[in-house]
Amino acid sequence: MSRQRHPWVLPLSVLVALLLGLLPLPPLLQPVRPYWLALVIAYWVIESPDRVGLGVAFVVGLIADLTFGSLLGEQALRLVVMTFILQRFRARLRFFPLSQQAIAIGALLLNDRIVTGAIHLILGIQTLPLAFWLAPLLGMLLWPMVYLLLDALRLGNWRKR
Amino acid sequence: MPHYASPATPTRTGEVADTLRLLAYLVLALVLIVLDHRGGWLNRARQQADVLVQPLWMVAGWPGRMAEKLYDDAGTLSQLTAENERLRNEMLVSNARLARLRTVAADNARLRGLLGAAERGGLDVQLAPILDIDLDLTRQRLVLDAGSADGVRVGQSVIDAGGLLGQVIDTTPMHASVLLLTDASHAVPVAVTRNGVRLVAYGTGSSDRLRLASIPLSSDVKVGDLLVTSGLGARFPAGFLVGTVAALRPDDSRAFLLGDVRPAAQLDRGRDVLLLRTAPAAPGTGDRGPASAASEPEAAQTDPSVEPGAAGTGSSRVPGPRSPVPDGGATPIPTGETP
Repeated sequence: MSRQRHPWVLPLSVLVALLLGLLPLPPLLQPVRPYWLALVIAYWVIESPDRVGLGVAFVVGLIADLTFGSLLGEQALRLVVMTFILQRFRARLRFFPLSQQAIAIGALLLNDRIVTGAIHLILGIQTLPLAFWLAPLLGMLLWPMVYLLLDALRLGNWRKR
Repeated sequence: MPHYASPATPTRTGEVADTLRLLAYLVLALVLIVLDHRGGWLNRARQQADVLVQPLWMVAGWPGRMAEKLYDDAGTLSQLTAENERLRNEMLVSNARLARLRTVAADNARLRGLLGAAERGGLDVQLAPILDIDLDLTRQRLVLDAGSADGVRVGQSVIDAGGLLGQVIDTTPMHASVLLLTDASHAVPVAVTRNGVRLVAYGTGSSDRLRLASIPLSSDVKVGDLLVTSGLGARFPAGFLVGTVAALRPDDSRAFLLGDVRPAAQLDRGRDVLLLRTAPAAPGTGDRGPASAASEPEAAQTDPSVEPGAAGTGSSRVPGPRSPVPDGGATPIPTGETP
């Protein structure tokens, strides 16, 4: 029952994801900046569903909107959509090998881009250039790393015993 | 193992409840998006909430600041000597130019005095460093490492060595957000320097292009024309360089022209910007007849002195582009305050 040995890992990981999103990148790399926040939230939805659900995703999204200066509610919507899909497929995703999980996460991130594009299109805001569709690919490649790192942080002590 | 897997066949009611919760959150998010997009009362709430994320911005700005420091520290002697020489040469040229400008400005002031039209005094500027963080890329914003505690106010014009950069739209005690000229929601009234044709330059969302819309075919605008702020609308002071016309083409109706403008300011990363401290003059300044000359508010002439809290941000007086230099023997502006 002692799975939450480190309750501080959740807020810390969200904070780090926000900071990574703000980090200045050279203009050439900006399009491929992975959506760190989505990766982190996805991890928590899969591994700790009683702590992170739609509500947490919504609130974290609102904080992200304030942080990045995007439309208030935009990232909240994106994260809520992602969380809902993840919750539906959680039972299966949990037992996928890491590579298949990564592909599923890639598909989710792609869906996230589509949702963003749709919001921007409807509101008549300028949409992002085509290069930004590469970001889900990088997110997919980064998933195993994020997953293993967060797992190690969350369960580190538990495994040693 | 508590949450090993959710039950293989979730109960109907649980599924429905989940979907209802999803719908509730989606509706809430959409309402927020629409309200924020429209602007309005949500802006104020947002400004309050912005204070909460300031520490995050501060931390995220560290790498950029570190890189700058590293660059400054790592400069070799030969590099620094070369840079010093270059800067000295530039200053010589600038000083020579300034000296000529001063005589022109003095002339200008004398002629304005003859006309009885009063003009604002020197412009008061404040140097503010840029906080190097990446915000949402669909919106052209800039975060300054100076806030209301340093005397930054909403509505101030932001310039750099090249020209107009944007305006301050939001301040918190430590930081200020600048809306760049190139944001898709931004427009600035401009005038062609060659002939005074007045236009409006809209942002496009990409950082190297502004858009001119509905230029009458009969108006005399050419590729290569310089655009300066016209001062109409009283948001930006007149006479700051905005950009050069890069291309002109007929629009869909063939009755008007569309123009592309290359911005004069360096909109991608600089290190510092200048904030204009003096409020923009009331519309129509300078074109008023002698009768109204006395009513020119004295406020613009007396510069607000450096705020005590402006630590870390330099403050200096530079002559405004279309204004008399203070020591050039300019005619004193009447101090009477008749409404």
